[in-house]
Amino acid sequence: MSAQPSGTQAFLARFEGLREHLPGGRTPWVAQLRAEAAELFGAAGLPGRRIEAWRYTDLAPIAQAGFSEALTLVRETPALPPMRAPYRAVFVDGRFAENLSLLPGSYRCGSLAAGLDGAQGLLGALAEKLPLVALNTMLFEDGLLLDLPADTDGGVLELVSLASHTGRPIAFHPRHLIRIGDGASLTLIETSTGPAGAAYLHNPVFEIAVGAGATLSHVRIQREGRAGFQLSTVQAAVQAGGTYDNFTLNAGARLVRNEIHAALLGPKATCHMNGAQLAGDGQHADTTTFLDHAAPDCASRQTYKTVLAGKSRGVFQGKILVRQAAQRTDGYQMNQALLLSEEAEIDAKPQLEIYADDVKCSHGATVGALDEAQLFYLRARGIPAEQARAMLVQAFLVEAVEGVTNPIAQAALAEATEGWWEREAA
Amino acid sequence: MLKIEGLTAEIDGKPILKGIDLEIPTGEIHAIMGPNGSGKSTLSYVLSGREGYEITGGSATYNGLDLLAMEPEERAGSGVFLAFQYPVELPGVGNANFLRTAVNAVRKHKGEPEIDAMQFLKLARTKIKALQMSDDMLKRNVNVGFSGGEKKRNEVLQMALLEPTLAILDETDSGLDIDALKIVADGVNAMRGANFSSLVITHYQRLLDYIVPDRVHVLMGGRIVKSGGPELALALEAEGYAKVAA
Repeated sequence: MSAQPSGTQAFLARFEGLREHLPGGRTPWVAQLRAEAAELFGAAGLPGRRIEAWRYTDLAPIAQAGFSEALTLVRETPALPPMRAPYRAVFVDGRFAENLSLLPGSYRCGSLAAGLDGAQGLLGALAEKLPLVALNTMLFEDGLLLDLPADTDGGVLELVSLASHTGRPIAFHPRHLIRIGDGASLTLIETSTGPAGAAYLHNPVFEIAVGAGATLSHVRIQREGRAGFQLSTVQAAVQAGGTYDNFTLNAGARLVRNEIHAALLGPKATCHMNGAQLAGDGQHADTTTFLDHAAPDCASRQTYKTVLAGKSRGVFQGKILVRQAAQRTDGYQMNQALLLSEEAEIDAKPQLEIYADDVKCSHGATVGALDEAQLFYLRARGIPAEQARAMLVQAFLVEAVEGVTNPIAQAALAEATEGWWEREAA
Repeated sequence: MLKIEGLTAEIDGKPILKGIDLEIPTGEIHAIMGPNGSGKSTLSYVLSGREGYEITGGSATYNGLDLLAMEPEERAGSGVFLAFQYPVELPGVGNANFLRTAVNAVRKHKGEPEIDAMQFLKLARTKIKALQMSDDMLKRNVNVGFSGGEKKRNEVLQMALLEPTLAILDETDSGLDIDALKIVADGVNAMRGANFSSLVITHYQRLLDYIVPDRVHVLMGGRIVKSGGPELALALEAEGYAKVAA
């Protein structure tokens, strides 16, 4: 009797069965990328906890879930969140849903599967050799292909990911390629959701190129269903004078790994990474960042806040690498955790690696419970205990959230965070 | 009316209140004076419901309600207000939002309709003006970066907005200069009336020049050892606790 295939083998078997049917399956350069990715993923496998970067996040539940690919067209359209921005690209189970989307006509923005020919040279250009990126490359069915020409104001675009009710555990691996031309700017507000009881895996990979003097404000609101999994990898490369702002809210999913890699490649590039993680009973939220200062006079700021209730676990790992060329780097990283229960657990691992000698770099971390004196002060003013706790949780998040300045993004964020504690405590 | 009978309380097994008997009839202002460590702050915390104090005996009722069995927010909703000796800073909580939330929580408890942001601002500005404070106070985070005087004024503003019927002032005069002291006293005196009682806890007689109490009690070693009229405060100031209480 043969053993059950492990998660790794199941994904590889899936790829073997589908390889010709996947987008670009008969296009040599795509097929080759996928084959290389399969080789890498086959060799590395789903990362296990013996790998340092995965010490605190155990993917065993994913290996055991026996996910299969979506690959069938969705009959039932899941409920769409209200449209907030003028344009939006909607993906259902990782595939572009044209009938639900409203795309800007003034620049290239649409389905990667439909525009794969135009993605040569972009696809895989920024991807590092990471197992989950390889898994995505191997199995992606679609994604957003966005190319904003130089000196264009792209306004605000929504990217919506929905998981449907299929009744079986599905996995989808959208690949989003985003290029912001020199001097161009865009705000991208991403929301991912799914049905509450469905076990599914959403494994998106972003390859983001921010041109010289360009700005991308990337707001990610993760509200996957409580039985869902999200493993996301963002790879951003920022040229001279460019800015990449990432704000990620992790409020859903049974397990989420939010991995952000940003490389500051030209002088005076800037990166802000802020985020909030709200995890309740049975949830695991992991944010792992890697900031690569590769050019002089760049600045990076990171503020992450994690709030944990019930039996939950939070992880923050943040590495800042300052290469020798990156003189006069200004780097700052802060991560703070608020534990609302005795059973909650946080693991925090900040890491600085500095090879330049003229550098200003600092990091800090705090872990604590709600302040009893603050709580009593609010209650002594007539505010009921749960409402008082909710106010203090909200106050704790302020510092991470205040970097989000776009009003549409602010509204989406407020909706996701306000009342979180009251819902969690209910 | 506030009625305290044989109240005993301890912290970490250490008795602090050793049998307090005190009655404050509705409409009266009473002062409690006492040296450091006599149990003044403990009394105010026990009455307002702070955790960490073990009530070992006695009772405290307010208008017939068993105060000690109520949550702090229920006490506040029932008209009890504690002006903190050390007002707590709340980074990330805007003062206007805090004050409106508190006002609406108390209104809700009383079965009154909540007020919206506009109505609140109008109300708050009226009170702020009456207290000779600056509107600027509303825009800042609660007590964050406030001077000692500003914190105490913010307490008085909260009191003015929540309109309690029993205000416990825990050493509200500490750290105040004479101008701030007058503003705080004016805030309390403005509330004085047939339906307002107050327990003014203080170390010094000075505050009582501005808030003239109906009765003065001396708290020492966890007990009220002497009670009298306003003149008792003057005697304490002149002769010291030890002699007056002897």
